[in-house]
Amino acid sequence: MSNKVLQMNHIMKIYPNGVVAVEDVTFELIKGEIHALLGENGAGKSTLMKVLFGIESPEQGQIILNDKETTVKSPQDAISKGIGMVHQHFMLVPSLTVAENIVLGVEPAKSKMFIDMDKAVEISKEIAKKYNFEIDVTSKVEELPVGIKQKVEILKALYRGADVLILDEPTAVLTPQETDELFIQLKKLKEKGHTIIFISHKLDEIKEICDRATIMRNGKSKGTHNVADISTTEMSRLMVGRDVVLSFDKKPIELKDTVMKVRNLTVKGSTGVLRVDDLSFDLKAGEIFGIAGVEGNGQGHLVEAITGLNKKYNGEILVFDEDIKKHSIKQIRESGMAHIPEDRMTLGCAKNMNILDNILSNQFDSKELSGKVMLKSKKIQERVNELIKEYLVKCKSSKQNVGMLSGGNIQKVVVAREFSTNPKIIIANQPTRGIDVGAASFIRQRIIEYRDAGCAVILISADLNEVFELSDRLAVMYKGKFAGVFKDVDSVTEIELGKYMLGIKHDDRLEGIIYEQ
Amino acid sequence: MILNALLSPEFFNAALRATTPILFATLASAVASKSGIINMALEGIMLFSALFGVLFSAAFQSAWLGLFVTMILGGFIGFVLAFFVLKLKTDEILAAIAINLIATGGTVFLMLTVSGDRGVSSSIKSLQLPRVALPLIENIPFLGEIISNQNILTYISLIMVVVVHIFLYKTPLGLRIRAVGENKDAAESVGISSQKIQFTALIISGLLAAMGGFFLSGGYMTYFTKDMSAGRGFIALAASTMGGNTPIGGFLVSLLFGAAQAFSNIMQMGASLPYELVQMLPYATTLIGLGIYSYSLMKKRHRLSGK
Repeated sequence: MSNKVLQMNHIMKIYPNGVVAVEDVTFELIKGEIHALLGENGAGKSTLMKVLFGIESPEQGQIILNDKETTVKSPQDAISKGIGMVHQHFMLVPSLTVAENIVLGVEPAKSKMFIDMDKAVEISKEIAKKYNFEIDVTSKVEELPVGIKQKVEILKALYRGADVLILDEPTAVLTPQETDELFIQLKKLKEKGHTIIFISHKLDEIKEICDRATIMRNGKSKGTHNVADISTTEMSRLMVGRDVVLSFDKKPIELKDTVMKVRNLTVKGSTGVLRVDDLSFDLKAGEIFGIAGVEGNGQGHLVEAITGLNKKYNGEILVFDEDIKKHSIKQIRESGMAHIPEDRMTLGCAKNMNILDNILSNQFDSKELSGKVMLKSKKIQERVNELIKEYLVKCKSSKQNVGMLSGGNIQKVVVAREFSTNPKIIIANQPTRGIDVGAASFIRQRIIEYRDAGCAVILISADLNEVFELSDRLAVMYKGKFAGVFKDVDSVTEIELGKYMLGIKHDDRLEGIIYEQ
Repeated sequence: MILNALLSPEFFNAALRATTPILFATLASAVASKSGIINMALEGIMLFSALFGVLFSAAFQSAWLGLFVTMILGGFIGFVLAFFVLKLKTDEILAAIAINLIATGGTVFLMLTVSGDRGVSSSIKSLQLPRVALPLIENIPFLGEIISNQNILTYISLIMVVVVHIFLYKTPLGLRIRAVGENKDAAESVGISSQKIQFTALIISGLLAAMGGFFLSGGYMTYFTKDMSAGRGFIALAASTMGGNTPIGGFLVSLLFGAAQAFSNIMQMGASLPYELVQMLPYATTLIGLGIYSYSLMKKRHRLSGK
């Protein structure tokens, strides 16, 4: 018998909408190792694990488990084959006790009718003791902190006989102390012969506990390496490197008034974890301020705060010298801010309504389009037709539901809506993610046109191509802070930027982030 | 005079009697809600069961056999609701409203077809379940008069509170029902079929509601009247919610609503207030009760989030 617990050979997964999520990926696990699966959001690591856990079935490829070729039909099938998964969103029942959650579905019974609660508690205690987890198994899950809930999830998988444990970004929800504790537990599990797949994009964590790492980018594997033999710089290059270089024509920069001032902005996430940590910056008219970074480092929370979606922040956000904390989103928009949200399907559009309803949804109450009681439908139709033409939205008619369009065309509808109010500040969060090259380049061109015309732009993107080509000034966000700021974008290399994005490098003095004190 | 009536053992005895059908339906609601589905069809199930009770106890000339068949049919209506909600993905409220509306017209139609009666099924010779005098207890002054000499279904309803409690909290199926109701994904992730569990819960819910329906026409009366359930299914829904969808909590709230019903009956006899106004009492109690419940829940949430 070989020492390979698992081999996934030439796995290919194409989603029904044509997206190739995983392309010819080969992945191997050696018994008793902690194996990192490294890659950005959308790189295909989650899909690969869904294939392994039986949530998705692959179009091509072979799975060999313990030297036997097999197919995994469902999560239940995976569990019975000794694969356990700890999801990012915990699969626990809050009002039940730890013990009840652990035995759920395989409850010990007495007199064939009742649950033997004493036995369940005993079993849970035993398994917790075996793996050195300190948990009061009689407490209710809803009363436990996140770190302990995660331990319950791990115990649940172990109780069901998991040899291979998949941990999906386990540290994303944990405090640093909880993370340390988790790592100690994982090392102990490893000593007991369990094999662990550790999904992450945090290089320092991978260096700390992983033996080998498989790096993925754009659905392809960039190879498997011994963590001891590969530098973090090399890992970051493989993970975020550029495949194609784009270029756009831009007018020379002409800075005007400061339009936005952010001072000491601090935002906490729903679990109480610090997401934006004491951030300060200025934004001037006529510039594109790029914010690069691996997703989940606080960019989303920053955008929610500066666009007025989330008011639960500390610090100050001034737009045209006015504090926006007391302003409604409508007031903020009326002051000249446009927002292209990160997720076009949830925040960007109403997908079951038609293009006409969506493309002007931010200005139906304007005098131009609305009378005192009724909408001016003729005027609206004209305006919509203009926009569809101007933004090259491919559709049958303006009455077509937005949800029926392709991703690129939906995004064009969103961009057309946001830009049609002649904004003075544009917050563009991942404006071209997951859309075709043509639509992406069109949207980038429009952003540059607005910047040339004197608009201030904040561009948040995980796409290095995009931030490099578009930005006049560039900051890298890491763990809620700016790790580095570059006034001259051309002077930075992608390798250098990758180091900042993954926390290998960090500047304390952030020159050029604030224009005036 | 009213105060005297309120303190008499007869009032409490009547309150317990009025509680019985509401209690059955409350337990039915608790089981369904714990599985994550609101069984708003309780009203229709009770109404159908009240008629079925009359029809089958008359047909078999046995009240017990009549109850048995009624329960099976109640469980079947629960199954039908589950089928629409879980298999055909109908909205659970709409499916329930449909069942309730069918019950309103359907029971009258059935009664007319079988007996030729339109409002009251007086020509059907149906039977009732016996009253039981409890030995020893009946000799206790005051308390004996309240508790003893109730219909046997009243005692069964009290026993069911304990049975449903044990079922929900001490059996594997109960644990799974609660798990599915609270976090379906979690239950599915450990190999529990949430559909199977919810089907089972709604069938059990139907069985329990059918017992409450049978009590209406086979407890103290031996006939069915049009719209006999008179909103008790909905009151039970409120009672169950206010009791936190637990059997014991639901029982306590049902007692309150039962008392309101009994009080309304007394007041109607006193006739110092308009009949219609007094009749409104149980429903007004429900509304006020729900208001107080929601307010305290809001306060609690506020306190928790402020922490």
